[in-house]
Amino acid sequence: MVNIIDSHPSLARLKRQIEALTPSAWRDPRGRVSFGLDRLDARLDGGLARGAVHEVLPRAEGDWPSASAFALIIARRAAEAAGTILWISSDAQRRRYGAPYGPGLADLGLDPDQILLVHAPDDLACLKAAADSLACTGLAALILDMGATQRLDLTASRRLALAAERSGVTALLLRPPASILASAAASRWQVAAAPSAPLPGNAPGRLTLSLALLRHRGGATPFDMVVEWNNEYRRVCEPTLLRDLPAPSQRRHMAA
Amino acid sequence: MARDKGAMRIMAVDEMAEALGITPGMALADARARLPDLQTTPYNAAGDARWLEEIADSCDRFTPSVALDPPDGLILDITGCAHLWGGEAGLMSALAAHLVQLGLTLRLALAETPDKARALARHGGDMLRVGRKISPRNLNETGLGYQPQPEQAAATSHATPLDVLDLPVDALGLAEDKITALRRAGLRTLGDLAMRPRAPLAARFGQATVARLARILGEEDARITPRRVPPDISVTQRFAEPVGHSDILRATLHELAGEAGQQLAQRGQGARAFLLMLFRSDSQVQRLAIATGQPTRDPDLVLRLFQERIETLADPLDPGFGYDLIRLDISETDPLGADQLGLTGKDNPARSINLLTDRLSVRLGAERIRRFAAADSHIPECAGFTVPVARPVLPLADHGGTLEAGEPPLRPMHLMDPPQIVQVIAEVPDGPPRRFRWRRQVHDITAYEGPERLSAEWWKRRDGAGLTRDYYRVEDSAGRRFWLFRHGLYEREKDKPDWYLHGLFG
Repeated sequence: MVNIIDSHPSLARLKRQIEALTPSAWRDPRGRVSFGLDRLDARLDGGLARGAVHEVLPRAEGDWPSASAFALIIARRAAEAAGTILWISSDAQRRRYGAPYGPGLADLGLDPDQILLVHAPDDLACLKAAADSLACTGLAALILDMGATQRLDLTASRRLALAAERSGVTALLLRPPASILASAAASRWQVAAAPSAPLPGNAPGRLTLSLALLRHRGGATPFDMVVEWNNEYRRVCEPTLLRDLPAPSQRRHMAA
Repeated sequence: MARDKGAMRIMAVDEMAEALGITPGMALADARARLPDLQTTPYNAAGDARWLEEIADSCDRFTPSVALDPPDGLILDITGCAHLWGGEAGLMSALAAHLVQLGLTLRLALAETPDKARALARHGGDMLRVGRKISPRNLNETGLGYQPQPEQAAATSHATPLDVLDLPVDALGLAEDKITALRRAGLRTLGDLAMRPRAPLAARFGQATVARLARILGEEDARITPRRVPPDISVTQRFAEPVGHSDILRATLHELAGEAGQQLAQRGQGARAFLLMLFRSDSQVQRLAIATGQPTRDPDLVLRLFQERIETLADPLDPGFGYDLIRLDISETDPLGADQLGLTGKDNPARSINLLTDRLSVRLGAERIRRFAAADSHIPECAGFTVPVARPVLPLADHGGTLEAGEPPLRPMHLMDPPQIVQVIAEVPDGPPRRFRWRRQVHDITAYEGPERLSAEWWKRRDGAGLTRDYYRVEDSAGRRFWLFRHGLYEREKDKPDWYLHGLFG
């Protein structure tokens, strides 16, 4: 098919103008995914690389929900409000930790309609689905949750990284704790749960995570940080404990 | 043979036994008396039914609407199909040749209505018989070790060799006593019945008799109910020689998809479900189905999805001696306008995601590509669930997310299905949990919120019962957050309520 649009100079000019109006993140696949917390973004030179593979691993077995929440946070920041997130998980992982739950994701500040789920039967199907999905330019982010496996070796992860770079899809690999397999990921994070700032009446508070950057291809030095996810403004922020806490009665008042 | 009322009876015979005077219904003892060397096998009704289904499958090559007429008949509606085979006579002889090749002996009749054809075939006598021929001389020479010689295309193609009026009254297919009553009244053929006024007939022999008669005479038409729903669009490619090479199959499929696409484009439609039927020369039929999320008529896409489907087959496609007919059916269509190019020349993101989900659906199964759906319910597992992407759902309810400002998530990210039983220590039996054990690990609870009391949907239950759940959002000393519930109110609904873990917060 002859591309009519490029064949005529005035049309080509119009095309450039329209592209100039679209958000920069679409135009530049190498744009950055910011967390919305200056202290964290500064360490990463503006944020995580878009169109790259990032690894997230829990510190211990029981921190898996926190790791998956962090992967989801990066995916949400990459997709913004309109992008589509594809979540691929294996049957074994869903048996172990349960299936993603729409109302819970909505509470975290995500729109469940922007998430598509792929329930792959096994690791191989997971990897194949991920490879196909990373070729799809319409996706914003992809979460691959396949537990402990030998299949995701250096070659496989390099293949995923290349595909992500080509399509601009940000891929997040959820891996088991202490995975020692080498990989071609752009960054590697270790995530653990952290006690939240309790609400009035000693109720558990917002999602609080203890992050550790283990490796970064861009040259950022490893660091540890405790952060909180603000489900209203959909950004990472300082944990409430470090901020000035209004008195509990005031909090409720402000909320109302 | 089969056991019937205590006696072994002959259920079916081959031509040779028939020639020697053995008939179905005869007691085995009588048959043995006539023919001591008689070979018998137990009657297998299920096997026969399966065989009939298989034959019906292979008859799909002649027409898409085939109906079973158990235990041993098939009815084919060939309306609009005959021209593909060079007219009715051509189709009849092709059908006869095909079935005889399978080793069948059959009686074949063609008529304007299914009931007429059925009556002719079942009661029209041996004139309609098609099969390998055995001459008595041959039989005597070779004795019981006779090997039938395949005689190709022993087809007879009488359009209507017989007049239905000459058929005996048995052709009405009524109960035995009705037939006897008709015979007693001196009515022996359908012609006898047809010349009489219907009202007295109905008064004496029942309305059913008259209705059957009208159908057989073609005065009243009743269409058959086909085994499968006839497709909206069906395109077929026949081969003079069976083909098995995958390149040829691919090219043929592409051609068929293109042809179907043209038909769809004329109607302003796109297809959502395709069925590919590969008719093997040995009467086996292989069926492959694909479905797409969005209507399409792009032959490249159809070809790619079918290739994806073929790759996922548990046992690879076996062409055997080759396929002699390939058909592509389209059973589900949606309106689809003309293609439009994007203004920036880029792929539309929604379109590329649809292509991706279609591919994954074909490979992994449509049930495995899912999205979230919500329903208006307070039971957590009913309020939020997932449905296959391909299935259209109405947005019945919001996904939740009705938090007040400053509130943390109240529902977990991951929901356990089913909830997992945990051992809980609480200070008082109906109080909040203090400590619980899950997967051999003890969690000390440092913060909790609850109970959020959710009653069972008693209005949906006949007994109006059901246990109340008391939900607690808890955080342990390491900062991990869980969703626990007590199943049943202490001492009011249950003596010792169990505790369950229903979800994990991030």
